[in-house]
This record gives sequence, C-alpha cells and structure tokens, in this order.
Amino acid sequence: MPPATAPTIAIVDYGAGNLNSVKKAFDYLGAKVVVTTQPEAVAAADKIVLPGVGHFSALVGLDSTGLRDAVLQGARAGKPFLGICLGMQWLFEGSDEAPEFTGAAIFGGRCRPFPSSVKSPHVGWNSLVVRESSLPEASAREGSRLLRNVAPDSFVYYTHSFQAPVVAATTAASEYGARFSAVVEHENIFGVQFHPEKSWSVGLLILNNFCEVKC
Amino acid sequence: MLTKRIIGCLDVDDGRVVKGVQFHNLRDAGDPGDCAAAHARDGADEIVLLDITATSDNRHTMLDVVSRTARGLFIPFTVGGGIRELSDAEAVFEAGADKIAINSAAVKDPTLIGKIAARFGSQAVVVAIDARRVNGGFEVFVAGGRIPTGRDALQWAREAADCGAGEILLTSMDRDGTQAGFDCELVQIVADAVSIPVIASGGAGSAQDFIDVFRNGRADAALAASIFHFGIENIGQLKRELQAANVPVRWPC
Repeated sequence: MPPATAPTIAIVDYGAGNLNSVKKAFDYLGAKVVVTTQPEAVAAADKIVLPGVGHFSALVGLDSTGLRDAVLQGARAGKPFLGICLGMQWLFEGSDEAPEFTGAAIFGGRCRPFPSSVKSPHVGWNSLVVRESSLPEASAREGSRLLRNVAPDSFVYYTHSFQAPVVAATTAASEYGARFSAVVEHENIFGVQFHPEKSWSVGLLILNNFCEVKC
Repeated sequence: MLTKRIIGCLDVDDGRVVKGVQFHNLRDAGDPGDCAAAHARDGADEIVLLDITATSDNRHTMLDVVSRTARGLFIPFTVGGGIRELSDAEAVFEAGADKIAINSAAVKDPTLIGKIAARFGSQAVVVAIDARRVNGGFEVFVAGGRIPTGRDALQWAREAADCGAGEILLTSMDRDGTQAGFDCELVQIVADAVSIPVIASGGAGSAQDFIDVFRNGRADAALAASIFHFGIENIGQLKRELQAANVPVRWPC
C-alpha cells in the first residue's frame, strides 16, 4: 500500500476504452491512483493522467462531462499532467481524425495521418530518438524529466493511426514514414504517444519518473 | 524504426497451457501465468492466450486464468476463444486483456467486430482467421478448425479490416504445430491486401522460418507456441538470429 501522504494520481475515465492496464502499472509502482469519471475527483488529485485509445472523437467524453475544465484547470494550476496516446494528442490543437473537436492547444500544430508510404495503423515496438538536450548528460534544467535514465534508442509499444508533429516541447521522436512526437514535455505538462503501461521495463521507468515529478 | 514482433502464444485448455499438432494430440506445457512471464523475460513482444476448447462451462476458469496471467505482465496481452458477444469481450477486458481475438463469432456476425471496436477501439480487436489450402485457394475454417465455411481467406480478411478489425491473426492449419515453416504464400497475399498488421501463425520451427515470413510473407508479426514452450528455441536467441539477418527486432530489450 502506498503511504497515505503519497500524492494522489487521478486517471481520468471519459469512456474511451480500457483503463485497467494503466491503473495496473501505477499500482505495480506503488502509486496512489484513482480511476474517476468525476470532475471533483480530478480537482482533488495532485496529478492527472489522461489516457485514451481509439478515435479522436472519443474525446467528446471529456467535453460533455465537465472533465475537460477540471483537467485544464489542474494543468494550468501546475499539477503534473500526463497524456497517454489520445491523451497526448489532445494536448495539440486538434486532429484531422475528427476536425470538429478541439484539443487543449497547449502545443501548436495538429495531428495528421501517416504518409501513404507506410501501413496504418502504426502498431508495434518502435525506438525512441531522444533529443540531445534531453539526454542525461544535458544540463539539469534542459534534461527530460520523463526520460530520466531511459537509454536512447529504447523500444516502446505503439498503436495509433494519427501522429502529432515534432514541436519545441518534443523530447523524443519516433520514425514511421516520417518523424513524429513520441514524448512532449513542457513544465508540468507531459505526453507520450506510445503506451508506457505496455512497454515493459522502459515504460515502467517512464511512469515511475512521472510518479517522482514534484507537485 | 518499427520492429517485427515475436508473439508468444499460449494455447490453454482447462487452465493449463497445451500444444497440439494440427489442432490435435495435446501436450501439457505448464501454467499460463508462468509461461507468459517467462516469455516476457525472454523478450517476447506480446502474449496471446487462446482458450482452445472454450465453452460456457469453463468461462469462469478462463477469466480467472486471464486475470492471473495479466497480473505483472507489462506487454500487450491478447485473449481469444469463446468470445461470442460484446459482453464476453467486456468481461475479458475487465479481467486484464488489452486486445481480444475473435474467430468463429466474427464469421457468423461480422458486425461484432465493429461493436467491440466502437467500445474499446479498433486496436483492441484482433480477428483470427484459420485457413487451409483447398482446391488451390485458402478456405476459412471455424470452431477450432472443425467446420469449413466455404469462404475465401483473403476476402474475409479484407471484410474484417473494413468492419474495424485492428489486426489479423492468420493461422495456416496445414502448418499448425508441424514446425515445417510458415505458409509464406498465404501470409503474403493477405498482408498485401489489407492495411492493418498481419500476424503470421502456424508452422514455426526455426529462426529461418521467421526470417522467411518477415521477408517473403511480409508479415508484421509472427506467432509461435510449441517452438518456445519446450525450449526448442528461446525468444532471445531467435531475436539475435533475426538481428544478424537484418530483420529489425526489439533487441536488446
């Protein structure tokens, strides 16, 4: 059992798929997690995880439940936030997959399909290309907090049809047809396109790094 | 670079891992949870658990096996066998699966693919196809390979993809358990016909068989059971051989 004083991580359940794996991974790491559909529980948590798989339009579940405001307020208030897969894409302005839905626009640019030269969806283990300033030998200020102790070229598990562009906040990319954002981070906002909960020891290390981010 | 996946398959009967030759003559190969963990440590990229004699009687046993196997397994985990409707899939996801594999039920009612995909996402729906060479073509069989459907495997794979399947798990019944190599021709025609990933299954006997199915069959992933359970080939050793042959794999991992 995690200590009672441990920060509470809210895993936001807005009806997009199966959250058991994400919860199981945080449980394994000894984190204090709650899976919730309630904006109040998100507001009360110390950290926020926004998972999600499937179609970008699934994010309507955020908009229609009041969860969107709770998540955005928490993120603006400086609470550590981790978006996984669709949850990371949400940090951008939107996605061509469902142009009628707007993202949080914390990062510029839109999510687009893969080039026609490659099969879609992109499913399987791909390597991370870590931005040099994010490597451990970079200064502490510049170093990626989410990728601390993660070896460059580590493999992570992906399953997605749309990809986010490489932006200033991109600390690691992956290559599939073209280069896309694998990890973004800016101050308290983190996002990963892959599934850390399914990426074996590398994924657990990344989730543990998020657990250790100071509130 | 996206790597080719090596998937460890656990054929489970009444809570134990078994493996037969051409769907018969089952041999005991251990506890599913232990086998899955061992495969993951050896470098398996995914685990597939198939309840090969699924009936409503052992549904409870099955869910218990799924949850025990999922515990502490932090790689993708697919479960198939006996999933006939959305509520069956929900129970299996609830027990800890990341993806479900459907076979007979999808042939009977292709709209099931879309129903599960709408709730859990296409990435969570694997359509398993058991195919056998018949009269110069490939025919789809259901009910654990017992019942011919008269349907062409290539056409069915296309339809399944159109219905919202996320991946195709394609088993050659002719090669299953024989260790005579994958049916690269079958895999290649299906892999070229659909944009979703195709997992080749049936016939793995050596590292060269995997090299062939990735190169000539254009498979995105390959699955094997008996070759690993009885220690004929360790996944790490297999991956080193694939790497030496310039097949991109997740190694070291």
